Amino acid sequence: MTDSNVSFLGRISLAVGTFFSILGDGEFAARVQRLRSGAPATAAPVATPAPVAAPAPTPAPQPAAPTLKQASPDAALQLLGLLQRDARFIDFVEEDVAGYSDADIGAAARVVHGGCRTVLREHFTIRPVREEAEGSRVTLPEGFDATAVRLTGNVVGKAPFTGSLSHRGWRVEDVRLPKLAASHDASVIAAAEVEL
Amino acid sequence: MSEPRYSIGIDLGTTHCALSYVDFAGSDGEKTTQDVLPITQLTAPATIDDLPLLPSFLYLPHPSELAPFDLGLPWTGGRDFAVGEMARSRGAGTPIRLVSSAKSWLCHPGVDRRAAILPNDAPPEVTRVSPLETSIRYLTHLREAWDHGHPDAPFSEQEITVTIPASFDPAARELTAEAAQAAGYAGMTLLEEPQAALYSWIQKTDGQWRKQVRVGDIILVVDVGGGTTDLSLIAVIEREGNLELHRVAVGEHILLGGDNMDLALAHVVARKLAAQGTQPDPWQLRALTYACRAAKETLLTDATADAVPLVVPSRGAKLIGGSIRAELTRDELTQTILQGFFPQVDSAARPVSRARAGLTQLGLPYAQDAAVTRHLAAFLGRQVAALAELEGLQSTQPEGTSFLHPTAMLFNGGVFKSPLLVERILQTLNGWLAAEGAAPARLLEGADLDLAVARGAAYYGYVKRGQGVRIRGGIARAFYIAVESAMPAVPGLEPPIQALCVAPFGMEEGTEAELPTQEFGLVVGEPVHFRFFGSSVRRQDQVGTLLDYWSPEELQELDEIQATLPPEGRSPGEIVAVKLHARVTEAGTLELEAIPRGTGERWKVEFDVRGNANA
Repeated sequence: MTDSNVSFLGRISLAVGTFFSILGDGEFAARVQRLRSGAPATAAPVATPAPVAAPAPTPAPQPAAPTLKQASPDAALQLLGLLQRDARFIDFVEEDVAGYSDADIGAAARVVHGGCRTVLREHFTIRPVREEAEGSRVTLPEGFDATAVRLTGNVVGKAPFTGSLSHRGWRVEDVRLPKLAASHDASVIAAAEVEL
Repeated sequence: MSEPRYSIGIDLGTTHCALSYVDFAGSDGEKTTQDVLPITQLTAPATIDDLPLLPSFLYLPHPSELAPFDLGLPWTGGRDFAVGEMARSRGAGTPIRLVSSAKSWLCHPGVDRRAAILPNDAPPEVTRVSPLETSIRYLTHLREAWDHGHPDAPFSEQEITVTIPASFDPAARELTAEAAQAAGYAGMTLLEEPQAALYSWIQKTDGQWRKQVRVGDIILVVDVGGGTTDLSLIAVIEREGNLELHRVAVGEHILLGGDNMDLALAHVVARKLAAQGTQPDPWQLRALTYACRAAKETLLTDATADAVPLVVPSRGAKLIGGSIRAELTRDELTQTILQGFFPQVDSAARPVSRARAGLTQLGLPYAQDAAVTRHLAAFLGRQVAALAELEGLQSTQPEGTSFLHPTAMLFNGGVFKSPLLVERILQTLNGWLAAEGAAPARLLEGADLDLAVARGAAYYGYVKRGQGVRIRGGIARAFYIAVESAMPAVPGLEPPIQALCVAPFGMEEGTEAELPTQEFGLVVGEPVHFRFFGSSVRRQDQVGTLLDYWSPEELQELDEIQATLPPEGRSPGEIVAVKLHARVTEAGTLELEAIPRGTGERWKVEFDVRGNANA
């Protein structure tokens, strides 16, 4: 894991991860991993507005099957709109980067990074799940919140668990998305521009 | 009207408006409960958000440009214009439909401020609005946003303070008061912005300000906003054992601000790009200006950075292929901002004014000299005798100084988030002081640079009701009207005029000047115009003082004033002798009245804000 030294593009993908964790039901760690392999692909359904962001299959074979909730596409579309407006997010992800030099991509990444950061700071309050520095030893008492902390590696024995913090995690404490007029078509996340 | 629950302070800025409020019930003495209202506004079509500031922009969309409900607000669907963030971002792409800097137009003596003239460069098809109407729309939006958030405490029942630049002339003050009235602000008071900044500083010290200033201190307030630079001097005096603040002088109106700095940097980078063969179009130049603002802030706060890369994104969807890359170096920043706007000049430096080249455009009269430090030197030089009339302070300034020596400084405005710029001005001023053997001025710290004016205005509304210290000082100018001199006319020369003082320096709010002995003949039913002058340095003149001679430094000509006697009870053409009488209203505007001899009548004399072709 190279979590402690995230590159520019890596940070952008982290922003994407954050985005989806907000849409879903909070299983943040699982989603970050899923996104690392296929973020752009999951963003694609935006073109067809109706069924967006299928709910995560909850991998929890409990006695009673959990009720699944359908995430509202409006908030997702709105966030995509904000990311496109301030960070040119869709433009960046949809562009074929193969033919460009790292310097060109880096320059564009500044726009995307700066804009994503503005959107996140303006519309969300995001704090680490664990305040300790990464790499430090932490002890998890019995009954710790398994949604907020994911155990990895040699998971044996019973609580309290002591281990090294490899990622501090992120938790959204507040969401402040703009309100939309009910009649507004949120599926147009960036209007076409025609200069007269 | 019930007792107000809140004191509301409104910063009606050139580029941003803000609203702050103090809760009377939660405040006692110098401890106050204060908040800033997140202003509900459109940020994009049909998108409503709450932002701490309301950008002072008005967008006048084309009828087919937007969908039916795109301009709706939570409290109304019936608007055909947008103010705030959406207006700003939308207008960046369509500047011919964007009204900006309305406040600068409101005090532009060369245009009719009640006429629909904005946007200045709009094609005839666009329905224009007046600078006055634009201000009304911003103020109305703020009132409606408040009422939407506080249905239990209607705006019209609260104590309201609206801020204006200290350098606003009586006509601009009156227009602001008129706009507030039209926007439904009953019983509103005007407050000068540098005073508001000082009130905010006092409020933030929680009563500790008395330990940070002492009797005899002269506080220089330097307020550089988005579009204007405003200077004021406030003295600390002792009266009946209490510290009292007295505003002793205000500066000239200087149309120069942070936006000019960003634009100057953008042009520097654009020239560099042009040299490399890339010519940015107007859209890209605007994007470059935003990028330069961010880069400026980085370079001015982080002394170790040598250059900041800039990226102007392409307009089309090809972000990587179409973007322009550039950088802003520390050398360029130093050259443009520090040398251009804050050069280290000596105290005898004065702003350079060039003769206007040929045809004057009907644009805003931006300051011809961009050097804030030169304007500062001129201000302190002009006000060298400002303390001569103030009891208890006459002896504080050494003999033979060439400029007034401040002992403390307070900064306001976003550009001073940069410690480098604060340092620069402080160093320049302290250099001047050292050259005359005076002690260096101290920095009053802890000011809130973005919201101080709104917060200070709300705090002022609170202290006005008897809690905490008030800044005194009254009007910072004396006012005169021109009368034709009795000297024999010389052929080919304009008849010489004398200036008659009608309102002395320092008249307080809610007071009246005495009645002058001079009378004027007004023709019933016909408007009579008087040339009108103001002086920020003649503190000794009383009502009735006649000046035969003055230097251009001493008296500045303002908008004409105009009196019309209605023909009621008189025959048109009849000449009636009247006296001109001045009073300063509770709201803080200057009012002139014509009082006919022997009757109890009073006729309001208007400021002529229709613009003067020669101005």
